[in-house]
Amino acid sequence: MADPVIRVAGLAKSYETAAGLFPALRGVDLAVYPGDYIAIMGPSGSGKSTFMNLLGCLDTPSAGDYFLAGENVAHMAKDALAVLRNRTLGFVFQGFNLLPRMTLQDNVALPLVYAGIGKETRRAAARELLDKVGLGKYADSLPNRISGGQQQRVAIARALVNKPQLILADEPTGNLDSHTSDEIMRLFGELNAEGITIVLVTHEPDIAAHAKRQVRFLDGEIVSDQLTAVVPGGEAC
Amino acid sequence: MLKAMLGEAWLAMGANRLRTALTMLGMVIGVGAVVIMMAIGQGAQYAVQQTISTMGSNLYIVLSGSFTTAGVRSGSAGAPTLNVADAEAMSELDGVINVAPTHQGTRQLVYGSQNWSSQIIGTTPAYLEARAWSIVDGAAFGDSDVRSATRVAVIGKTVAENLFGDEDPVGKTMRIQQNPFMVIGVLGSKGQNLDGRDQDDTVIIPLTTAQRKVFGTPFLGSVRMIMVQADSAESMPKVEAGITALLRQRHRLREGMPDDFFMRNLSAAAESEAATTRTMSILLGAIASISLLVGGIGIMNIMLVSVTERTREIGIRMAIGARQKDILTQFLLEAVMISFAGCLLGLLLGLAIALGINFATGMVIVISGSAALVAFAVAATVGIFFGWYPARKAARLDPIEALRYQ
Ligand SMILES: Nc1ncnc2c1ncn2[C@@H]1O[C@H](COP(=O)(O)OP(=O)(O)OP(=O)(O)O)[C@@H](O)[C@H]1O
Ligand SMILES: [Mg+2]
Repeated sequence: MADPVIRVAGLAKSYETAAGLFPALRGVDLAVYPGDYIAIMGPSGSGKSTFMNLLGCLDTPSAGDYFLAGENVAHMAKDALAVLRNRTLGFVFQGFNLLPRMTLQDNVALPLVYAGIGKETRRAAARELLDKVGLGKYADSLPNRISGGQQQRVAIARALVNKPQLILADEPTGNLDSHTSDEIMRLFGELNAEGITIVLVTHEPDIAAHAKRQVRFLDGEIVSDQLTAVVPGGEAC
Repeated sequence: MLKAMLGEAWLAMGANRLRTALTMLGMVIGVGAVVIMMAIGQGAQYAVQQTISTMGSNLYIVLSGSFTTAGVRSGSAGAPTLNVADAEAMSELDGVINVAPTHQGTRQLVYGSQNWSSQIIGTTPAYLEARAWSIVDGAAFGDSDVRSATRVAVIGKTVAENLFGDEDPVGKTMRIQQNPFMVIGVLGSKGQNLDGRDQDDTVIIPLTTAQRKVFGTPFLGSVRMIMVQADSAESMPKVEAGITALLRQRHRLREGMPDDFFMRNLSAAAESEAATTRTMSILLGAIASISLLVGGIGIMNIMLVSVTERTREIGIRMAIGARQKDILTQFLLEAVMISFAGCLLGLLLGLAIALGINFATGMVIVISGSAALVAFAVAATVGIFFGWYPARKAARLDPIEALRYQ
């Protein structure tokens, strides 16, 4: 098997609270390989978002190691993490998180601005990805002109624009109805078929069923890690 | 990258036009005030400097004792305490280069059907030298004219214009107190003196002629005023001491008796006037700078609000790869752009008002290129200084907290 895109070992995160240190993650081991499509599930408060924030280099772990593309990023400086987020990772959020004053095209192109890429290249790349998610004709519209499902497609295009090694999505369908959710999941499926690695968090088993692999969290630990194809329908909680 | 960021700063400014405009207004008023105050202050300094340069340098006037308190033009109760011999003795003193006894008063001038009232100065040729007063047409009178009390006159530009109109005054004869005087020269223009009097409204004639034919003083040879010029600013104290000692000795004043004359350092008076305008100019600038400061605080205030409002945006930008310095640059750029735009408008407004003041009141204003440069440097500094704290606050936000912000 190829080298993993992500390997975490003994990853732990504790938050300081009024009642003392609260361990949100207590030693997680996981490897994500190129072409993987993982759904992370688990009850509320089990540490899924905490884990995704660490994978996304938005936060640093209290203990453990995190190898991203072979490099240990557990203790990197803030700006170095920003560069990783820009070049290696793509984010899709529950709330879409497009910038409201920018056209869709500019939204999609924004990561390229921070990568220092020239205007023409940015424009071309953004157009291409908007076409790919089927929204090329709205390139010059503002985000509030299109529906939630369409906004999430734009957000996916933005996540893809820097050709990342990995897409991270924390409840990407959480704000969408079931029909639109299916559309988004079909898009993720197509992207994964093209070889893009995806890790997403969801509460819904039928959404998780789109993924190839399902990882279940409970109280800050991984309690199961199974291939969807081998165990269709997954396990009951 | 910078171009893209400038575009974004522009968008951000346009997103809330009224707020941006009001923030800018603070800068507009601040810079406008600085420009107006500098124009007025520098104008005043320029006017004083101009006047001082027409006065002549290193000058004393020695006034006869009966005039230490009364006005120069009022009639004298007794004989003046100074005389021409005093003046001659003074010119022997070390460091003295010109001594001019003068007798002046206002008289009516008549030429043909025209008449004009003007200041008449009876003096010696040294007066013109001491005051560095040039002749632009014709010639000055000489010492021989003073000795033989000839009826010749050199006249100022104002007199020439009002009495002779378009005619060339040189060689023409005008009358002062029924006496015919031949105009032999026209003086170069000097404009107003420090008291605001028109120095070109002057007729200069030989002292002897003035005393005999014009003023008719019973005390021939006595004068009310002597102008003395020292060879340099450094020798002025020495000259003052020398004159005091000389006059006390010549007037036989014993120890303990007060001086019967009064010395006034014209150059020092001018210098203090110049210093006053300088101080005024600095004060005006300082007051105006306060409004600039207030404008800057306005920018800081709005930038802080903007950072809070856009916390989520900052989080998104960080998530997709903005480094701290990218966020810092973005917000600094916005502050500097508001500051610059405000500065530009303020500059135009200030110039317009300064020109308006000049047009309406005739007050001298000076608009220098360096003032504009200073204004721009100040705008950039204010933008960076007051934009720094909010921008740094934005750059230091925690991405997760920022993304969670509603
Ligand atoms: N910044 C924080 N400070 C303190 N405690 C936190 C913080 N963030 C998360 N926690 C706690 O850590 C635990 C895990 O939170 P996390 O957001 O990872 O859960 P989750 O699995 O994503 O839940 P959900 O399904 O509701 O999104 C929770 O008990 C939460 O209260
Ligand atoms: Mg969560």
